[in-house]
Amino acid sequence: MTTRLQEELTNVPPVKLSVQGVSKSFRVKGACVQALRNVTIRVDEGEYVCLVGKSGCGKSTLLNLIAALDRPDAGEILVDGSPVTQPGRDRMVMFQETALFPWLDVLGNVLFGLKLKPNLTKKDRLEVASFYLDMVGLKSFTHANIHELSGGMKQRVALARALAPNPRVLLMDEPFGALDALTREKLYVDIQNIWLKRRKTILFVTHNVREAVCLGDRVILMAPEPGRVIEEFDIDLERPRDINSVALAEHATRITRVLKERPREQEVDE
Amino acid sequence: MNRVLRSAVFFLLIALLWQGIAMSERLSSYLLPSPLSVVRYLYGAVVDLSLFAAAWVTLKRLVLGYAIGLLFGLPLGLLTAEFRLCRDTIGLLALGLQTLPSICWVPLALLWFGQTESAMLFVVIMGSLWSVLIATQTGVQTMPPIYVRAARTMGSKGLHTWLKVILPASLPFLVSGMKQGWAFAWRSLMAAEIYVTILTGFGLGQLLHYGRELHAMDQVIGVMLVIVLIGLLADRLFFSPWERFLYRRWGATG
Repeated sequence: MTTRLQEELTNVPPVKLSVQGVSKSFRVKGACVQALRNVTIRVDEGEYVCLVGKSGCGKSTLLNLIAALDRPDAGEILVDGSPVTQPGRDRMVMFQETALFPWLDVLGNVLFGLKLKPNLTKKDRLEVASFYLDMVGLKSFTHANIHELSGGMKQRVALARALAPNPRVLLMDEPFGALDALTREKLYVDIQNIWLKRRKTILFVTHNVREAVCLGDRVILMAPEPGRVIEEFDIDLERPRDINSVALAEHATRITRVLKERPREQEVDE
Repeated sequence: MNRVLRSAVFFLLIALLWQGIAMSERLSSYLLPSPLSVVRYLYGAVVDLSLFAAAWVTLKRLVLGYAIGLLFGLPLGLLTAEFRLCRDTIGLLALGLQTLPSICWVPLALLWFGQTESAMLFVVIMGSLWSVLIATQTGVQTMPPIYVRAARTMGSKGLHTWLKVILPASLPFLVSGMKQGWAFAWRSLMAAEIYVTILTGFGLGQLLHYGRELHAMDQVIGVMLVIVLIGLLADRLFFSPWERFLYRRWGATG
């Protein structure tokens, strides 16, 4: 089959998120560090894409640019074809657990974004919040304080908080980095189930290759100094995926090998 | 219960010891009035309402001055935290004036405002304003910036961010700063009241001062006890609820 024919036969999803030739530099102690150089990526509607690379490759910077918490020096970021100018509820960010608000309880954290969303009554907001708390399995912890929760539970709250305003795009910045392996595995299962249910477009940043293969439809490999995209891999495994499966390990090994062939990018976890 | 009992026994022992020394008459009742005479004074002062009148005058000055201190200290602290220009000017001024015991303002305050309530208020404000300002600034500056970033992605900006994110995030610092401001205000007001007589109102400090003038040491000690009691009550009523809230929400670090 020719590639042309193949293209004709596939159902092409619309492009949701488009990063075009984006560059970004920071001043660190007087020196200019190029965090991103001419980065171009495309994420389709409903696609789950993982950005992998060692620390300093600009993957978090890219996420911040898409969230419009920062502005690119050059290039353009489009969501649904229109340029991104300010943070918006259409692109929610799930930070590491430290971004939860300790002065609010679990419900208060989930409600925070909902209260800023117009046209919702108080009753609506409570209903939406409890719907998502139920989805992440924390219904019975609605009124718990943040410091009373375990690391995994905190991440579930963060996920519920990001999901609550019903964004189409979810940006996740190493959300499971600080968790132990068992808790992480449980969350891999849950997040896949939630993704299958809600079909968000997800851009997921991690330094863990296996995690990326477990979660992503596509894995984008990045390299540092300057931050750039070096390769992309399609992951065509059935879902839900088990992080310990052999097929998944083979994919991960293939990607890790590509990383290791590049002498300077060896510090990535397998 | 056990702890309450222990404390009660301890203070009872002190009172007994005090009463014993007073009754042994080795010290004149001028130097050490007996606890019973102090209680007698307090009873009389409660019955003729002079104690309540003085406490009312003092508390009015304290609460009003403290409120003004908060009213200016909080926003100024936010400004100095946010803008370098404010930090290098107002912030530096606050840092300097905070080290000055506010009783030192009394001579100037009397010159500027005369023997009026304004002079008293001024001293109380100078006592609380600077520490509230500095605590606010520290609280805002040490707040993890990720809170504001997270709030921005959820659509918070401007005043909403200040009121719903930055202020509550700095709450642990704010509460300890407000407590310190309260303590400074209370101390400076007492000093000022003992130091100068203001004809517009007769506060606890003045009551203590006249006890000394009249060689009525039972009055002096009685008023001292009342001052301690008011300090404790303020702590229990105004600050303990906040501190309990902080502990519950933030955990042990709060």
